[in-house]
Amino acid sequence: MIKELFYLLIFPGFLFISAFALAGEYIDRKLYARFQNRVGPPWFQPLADLIKLLAKEDIVPCDANANMFKLVPVFALTAAVASIIYIPLWQSSSIYSFPGDVIVVLYLLTIPTLCFFMGGWYSTSLFARIGSVRTLTQLFAYEVPLFMSILSAAVLADSWSIKDIVNFYNSHPGYLLFNGIGFVVSMIALLGKLEKTPFDIPEAETEIVAGSFTEYSGRLLAIFRLTLDIEMVVGAALISAIFIPFGLNFSPVPAFIITVIKIELVIAMLSLARTIFARLRIDQMVNFCWKYVVPLALTQLLINFLIKGFFR
Amino acid sequence: MAEKRKFTIPIGPQHPALKEPESFSVALKGEKILGVEIKLGYNHRGLEKACESRTFIQDIYLIERICGICSHSHSTCFIQAVEEIAGLQIPARANYIRTLVGELERVHSHLLWLGVAGHEIGFDTLLMYSWRDREVVMDVLAELTGNRVNYGINTIGGVRRDISEEQIKETAKAIDILEERTKYYVEVAQQETTIIKRLSGVGVLKHDDALRLGAVGPTARASNIARDIRKDDPYAAYAELDFKVITDNHEDIYGRTVVRLLELMESYKIIRQVLEKLPAGDICVKAPRKIPAGEALSRYEAPRGEDMHYVKANGTEKPDRVKVRAPTLANVQSVKTMLQDRNLADMPIVIAAIDPCFSCTDRMTQVTDLADNSRQVWDWEKLRSHGIEWYRQRGVDFTALNNKLKQRL
Repeated sequence: MIKELFYLLIFPGFLFISAFALAGEYIDRKLYARFQNRVGPPWFQPLADLIKLLAKEDIVPCDANANMFKLVPVFALTAAVASIIYIPLWQSSSIYSFPGDVIVVLYLLTIPTLCFFMGGWYSTSLFARIGSVRTLTQLFAYEVPLFMSILSAAVLADSWSIKDIVNFYNSHPGYLLFNGIGFVVSMIALLGKLEKTPFDIPEAETEIVAGSFTEYSGRLLAIFRLTLDIEMVVGAALISAIFIPFGLNFSPVPAFIITVIKIELVIAMLSLARTIFARLRIDQMVNFCWKYVVPLALTQLLINFLIKGFFR
Repeated sequence: MAEKRKFTIPIGPQHPALKEPESFSVALKGEKILGVEIKLGYNHRGLEKACESRTFIQDIYLIERICGICSHSHSTCFIQAVEEIAGLQIPARANYIRTLVGELERVHSHLLWLGVAGHEIGFDTLLMYSWRDREVVMDVLAELTGNRVNYGINTIGGVRRDISEEQIKETAKAIDILEERTKYYVEVAQQETTIIKRLSGVGVLKHDDALRLGAVGPTARASNIARDIRKDDPYAAYAELDFKVITDNHEDIYGRTVVRLLELMESYKIIRQVLEKLPAGDICVKAPRKIPAGEALSRYEAPRGEDMHYVKANGTEKPDRVKVRAPTLANVQSVKTMLQDRNLADMPIVIAAIDPCFSCTDRMTQVTDLADNSRQVWDWEKLRSHGIEWYRQRGVDFTALNNKLKQRL
């Protein structure tokens, strides 16, 4: 019992993942600033922002459904924190590894997005409603290619468990070369999931203020922001475990350090994408995803089926 | 999308996309704009009226504060009208210095616009880069005039500060840096896919519509109308300088971006010529304190388009009437046409693409009574008594002080 609570609340659960998420946000913001020729924030800025928001007043709009409005951020955070338990961090197996955990992680990562939608919808502000509708529209565009690209790697490894996928690619690193397209597709989809430029359409500040989060303030906004950071770290960890699994078969300490470096690398790539693109329109985003990204993911799936059929 | 019925969202008076308070009520169906209602007047400062109770010299500094970005444009335009009434002949060197500051102002205004446009389409990197480079020209302006904005270099009869040989060299160096950076931005605008996707085909203003709605400046020139006061009705030193009027036939925001970027290159050309040809001599002639009775209309190509000032003098040291037509007033009507049937996502960039300056444009404040929705315009007296009453309710009362003052006098 104590051990389980330790896993859930301290390591690798809530406390550790929150600290890691804040570090991830710092890396993202600092790199973004340096790419733009700015100085950027000091290392404690994300933590300071969080503490500041936690100390502020929660304002619930009169027309909003108060219970839903307050509960939705907690749902989002819970789902994001729960997903880290199934991600391998210092060995090829996660704490509660079981066949099918890759699907569970993908589903747990979808819940925060649905919560953003519900939070925006129940706050009844016009800007929040437009933002939440955009969140959902965008979800349908990137979720399918994300699932397909991650699962095509699983198809080649012939397993639905992250542990077996990691072990398979570590013993046959050559097969990783065929997953290049899947890696690119999942990075694009992760940008959409995290609502980062060029896919920050649901919270486009110059159009709809802050989208779903317009009416949120204080603690509730802090929880949402922390959720987004955790989602970023978990998403990056999932991608690095599936597509660049090297080092996870070492002894725990070097494996852990290598994993952290890989996650930061994925975050750095996300910041680079954020720097060099302008925001797309929602129709352009949906078009782009269904016209180019989904066919790419399908190609990846086909390639992996063929390789599996002929070579394995 | 999900919402099929029509609803209206308020963009402004307070909104992150707008740098100044103004209100756009956007009727939406899903993401599509059905119609836009523009309401100005949140920033009326009564500068025209205030000019009438000050002397011409004081008015220069007041007029300069109409706009923080094109301050030199407004003051030059006003002074040209006054000089015409007074029949003053300006020394050639003063004219060249005015041209120089005017072009440097255009450079900083266009670079500022580029950054704002980048921000509106969610491309913050462009904002950071172009505003960093804008600092170069701001430093030059501070070096030449003593101020980053509101230069205060104009005076009736010429300019107040001369330019030294060393300053000419420094300016030329800065222009070299800026030209190189601008070339890079032209390249970015022509090659970066997301920029082209977000800008081309958006905010279309056809050639005929632009003529009919009286668009000015880069907005008109991007619709292929070669309208530029510097060429059509040369003032200052422009008649003696060699430059092109940039036009473009894209008729959309992409065209306006290209026009502004290429105009930057022309500005560098003009600045180089001015620095080269700068004639020797006085920088100012003596102007009379009392301007003879008469009236004049003066036009000036501000960075945002044609600026127009009308001045009427009555033989005293104060003007009888000053009327300002800022470029935004000519352009704001076209925004409605540009936004029809567009996406909500295009709204900020379409508004930003005319480079609006609403506090320059506001001429009146309309008061809407929320009880019965009736609208009325208040006159000077009513506005004044409302102001006094408003402060009195909040405990600021000058009655006692006024009575004391009356007794002393």
